[in-house]
Amino acid sequence: MPAPIRLRELIRTIRTARTQAEEREMIQKECAAIRSSFREEDNTYRCRNVAKLLYMHMLGYPAHFGQLECLKLIASQKFTDKRIGYLGAMLLLDERQDVHLLMTNCIKNDLNHSTQYVQGLALCTLGCMGSSEMCRDLAGEVEKLLKTSNSYLRKKAALCAVHVIRKVPELMEMFLPATKNLLSEKNHGVLHTSVVLLTEMCERSPDMLAHFRKLVPQLVRILKNLIMSGYSPEHDVSGISDPFLQVRILRLLRILGKGDDDSSEAMNDILAQVATNTETSKNVGNAILYETVLTIMDIKSESGLRVLAINILGRFLLNNDKNIRYVALTSLLKTVQTDHNAVQRHRSTIVDCLKDLDVSIKRRAMELSFALVNGNNIRGMMKELLYFLDSCDPEFKADCASGVFLAAEKYAPSKRWHIDTIMRVLTTAGSYVRDDSVPNLIQLITNSVEMHAYTVQRLYKALLDDISQQPLVQVASWCIGEYGDLLISGQCEEEEPIQVTEDEVLDVLEGLLVSNLSSPVTRGYSLTAIMKLSTRFSSVNRIKKVVSIYGSSIDVELQQRAVEYNALFKKYDHMRPALLERMPIMEKTASNGPTEIVQTNGEAEPSVVEPKHPPPVGQPASQGNDLLDLLGGNDVPVIPTTMPTKPASAGGELLDLLGDLSLGLSLMAFYLFDLFKTVNFLSTGIPPMTAYNKNGLKIDFTFERANPNPNVAVITIHASNSTEADMTDFVFQAAVPKTFQLQLLSPSSNVVPALNQGTVTQVIRVLNQQKQQLRMRIKLTYIHKGSAVQDLAEVNNFPPQSWQ
Amino acid sequence: MIHFLLLFSRQGKLRLQKWFTPLSELEKKKVIRDMTLMVLARPPRTSNFLQWRDLKIVYKRYASLYFCTGLEEKDNELLALEMIHRYVELLDKYFGNVCELDIIFNFEKAYFILDEFLMGGEILETSKFAVGGSVEEADTLQEVQEP
Repeated sequence: MPAPIRLRELIRTIRTARTQAEEREMIQKECAAIRSSFREEDNTYRCRNVAKLLYMHMLGYPAHFGQLECLKLIASQKFTDKRIGYLGAMLLLDERQDVHLLMTNCIKNDLNHSTQYVQGLALCTLGCMGSSEMCRDLAGEVEKLLKTSNSYLRKKAALCAVHVIRKVPELMEMFLPATKNLLSEKNHGVLHTSVVLLTEMCERSPDMLAHFRKLVPQLVRILKNLIMSGYSPEHDVSGISDPFLQVRILRLLRILGKGDDDSSEAMNDILAQVATNTETSKNVGNAILYETVLTIMDIKSESGLRVLAINILGRFLLNNDKNIRYVALTSLLKTVQTDHNAVQRHRSTIVDCLKDLDVSIKRRAMELSFALVNGNNIRGMMKELLYFLDSCDPEFKADCASGVFLAAEKYAPSKRWHIDTIMRVLTTAGSYVRDDSVPNLIQLITNSVEMHAYTVQRLYKALLDDISQQPLVQVASWCIGEYGDLLISGQCEEEEPIQVTEDEVLDVLEGLLVSNLSSPVTRGYSLTAIMKLSTRFSSVNRIKKVVSIYGSSIDVELQQRAVEYNALFKKYDHMRPALLERMPIMEKTASNGPTEIVQTNGEAEPSVVEPKHPPPVGQPASQGNDLLDLLGGNDVPVIPTTMPTKPASAGGELLDLLGDLSLGLSLMAFYLFDLFKTVNFLSTGIPPMTAYNKNGLKIDFTFERANPNPNVAVITIHASNSTEADMTDFVFQAAVPKTFQLQLLSPSSNVVPALNQGTVTQVIRVLNQQKQQLRMRIKLTYIHKGSAVQDLAEVNNFPPQSWQ
Repeated sequence: MIHFLLLFSRQGKLRLQKWFTPLSELEKKKVIRDMTLMVLARPPRTSNFLQWRDLKIVYKRYASLYFCTGLEEKDNELLALEMIHRYVELLDKYFGNVCELDIIFNFEKAYFILDEFLMGGEILETSKFAVGGSVEEADTLQEVQEP
């Protein structure tokens, strides 16, 4: 068989291939030749063949059949063979390969070889890709070499030890003795790798960290020498001596000084020296300054030093070099929490970076800008951020929009400003806004009572312009459904009221229903909005027609809604006004971000539960749930749990009625006014009953079985007032026997209007696990014609179906 | 530590790959593909830093070759640029005015030099002369042993 071609020749040949197919053919031919050469166990050319294989491997072709050949090369006595063999091992024989461990013996022998370059090869291979088993087996050899006086081997052994520790942390202890005088070395290679080794050990073990703290003075001395020493040609980089070593020492000092006053004090001077004396014209100087700043910020440095560090970052921000600006923004983001005021001073520079062309810089600047927003600068910052939102790439829009909403919620100087800001985001980046923002925005709008007319007007106008942005359309339809009456009555105070008729509004909403641009969710919103307008507008017939058309819609969601609304028109028309009443002010959720589900841990009492009054806007509440589940067409009954304001008498665990949906507190009783549920429970066949009727106050109970737990009865009370005066501050309380568990949700309002003009509704959920006869004691308090009224009553006439 | 060092041409052809974490062949190919796509797509006059998964990517172009490395969160990006530059200087010193062809035809030498400069994702030797010196001595050893 002729001698296999040389590596260079192969490379040259392959590079002449003009197509992928041609290259593949050449490679296959050569691979075949190599394979047969391997089969012949030819020692002379093995090295050449493996080298060629490695080249083909780099081009992306499989080379696993060369694995064993690499092992044979490693075992050879020739240095050339070993060199290529170890290279092949590092490329082909990582720890995932079965034959990886077969290397162990060869490496062990070579670690003890007489030639340092062979030892070096073994250390390198072990230190780059040795598996945990291999590291365990060979750690002893590495430890021995760590103590040698040969600096070439010592530095390699140090990094090999680092790898061993990373793979098998328990072995860290065994390297401790060898670290004793590592730092007294003069050789920079050994010094550098020793610092890396010490860093690794300190990062992994608090004991080691405490042990090595005593090295701080020595490290400071070495660093000082590097700075003060004269020119050293072999270590010089643009006038700085061994920046790699300087940076590693600074990093180790950071770890040692963190949380420790003495160490931090010992390094204060040198840090100040480095910070002030390092040449900043080239990247290398800035690399050292960067590391210095990170160290100063992490240790217990004195305030003067910290200010110096932030100022360095501020200077970085003004640097022409993009890399430096990028790094400055990243560091400022890390320090903005702890040194907020200092970072604020650089706010304008940061905001300027929003206009940078570099995407990475823009992103960092955006994150930092949001972190810097506070009550004082909100107006100015928001102007900049909204401008950024207008012009930034789509990849930023979602995050920016969410950030704007969060910031606006926290620091809005006025409701009008808040609404305007939201409008701006919805109209400019409407399609990128996150889905969970829609319910949050709706809640916000609901709570800004005095802005309702203004909001609905602005949203209506926005809809006329553009119906393609779904979040905007959804919020707008919801608002029109709620506040349509304000829209047509032209009540807006904040701006010029527009003249719009009922038909025009219904046109717009119907337009949403048929438009191709509307998503199914949007269609649901608009149908519900149209339905709500049936109690606010007079063109009920038109609405009835629309609703009945969609009763045969292909979209199941729409169909269900339409059918149930239809039923509402036909059979339950008397319930319609109550059901479609204006939403009450909802409790503000604690965060505007993704809904958070918080476990209540047994604070609430099941037996006597006080309902909470609808709170004024702005009162911080518990974590809430997604409000608009009900109107968003969610069929899962979302039942929040209540929290009593004062702890009641009995203790006990709040029952989690929905199994794994353990919700936090929310007093949005209107979850339960899920229109579908309402229609549903009317069809369960449990007759309603009058629970109380005295002094003009009548309280009716209607029933429903809750899914999925059939032991839970859901009772809705309807309180009506036949006298000529309103009953205000109306509070309904209920108690049940100990074998039951009761949960009382928020009432719809606490004013029962006179002359039966409206009802107050409230939902009670009763868990009746033992299927006992339901009894209840109720307590009513209200103010009527100026005097407080209180009454207790027993309710015993529950229909059997409600508790059986 | 650095997780990998890749060299590739402006057409996306790989010239050198050094991995310091164990990855499967498939994962390696994915990283290479992602790196080449991301880096080659960068417009001029942007920073040399990118974020990819949980790594900081530092890349620099020298003539027709891109040097691309992946760092951990706590590593210093500006220093990584210096590290890449040092490697290029070492190649330049060894090959004498190094160009892409040198690295193509002598890829094993490029690896040998790299292995005297970095190990286990950390810098092994900070002296400009020591690295080249070791490689040349090892070369001599190789020649001496050849019959």
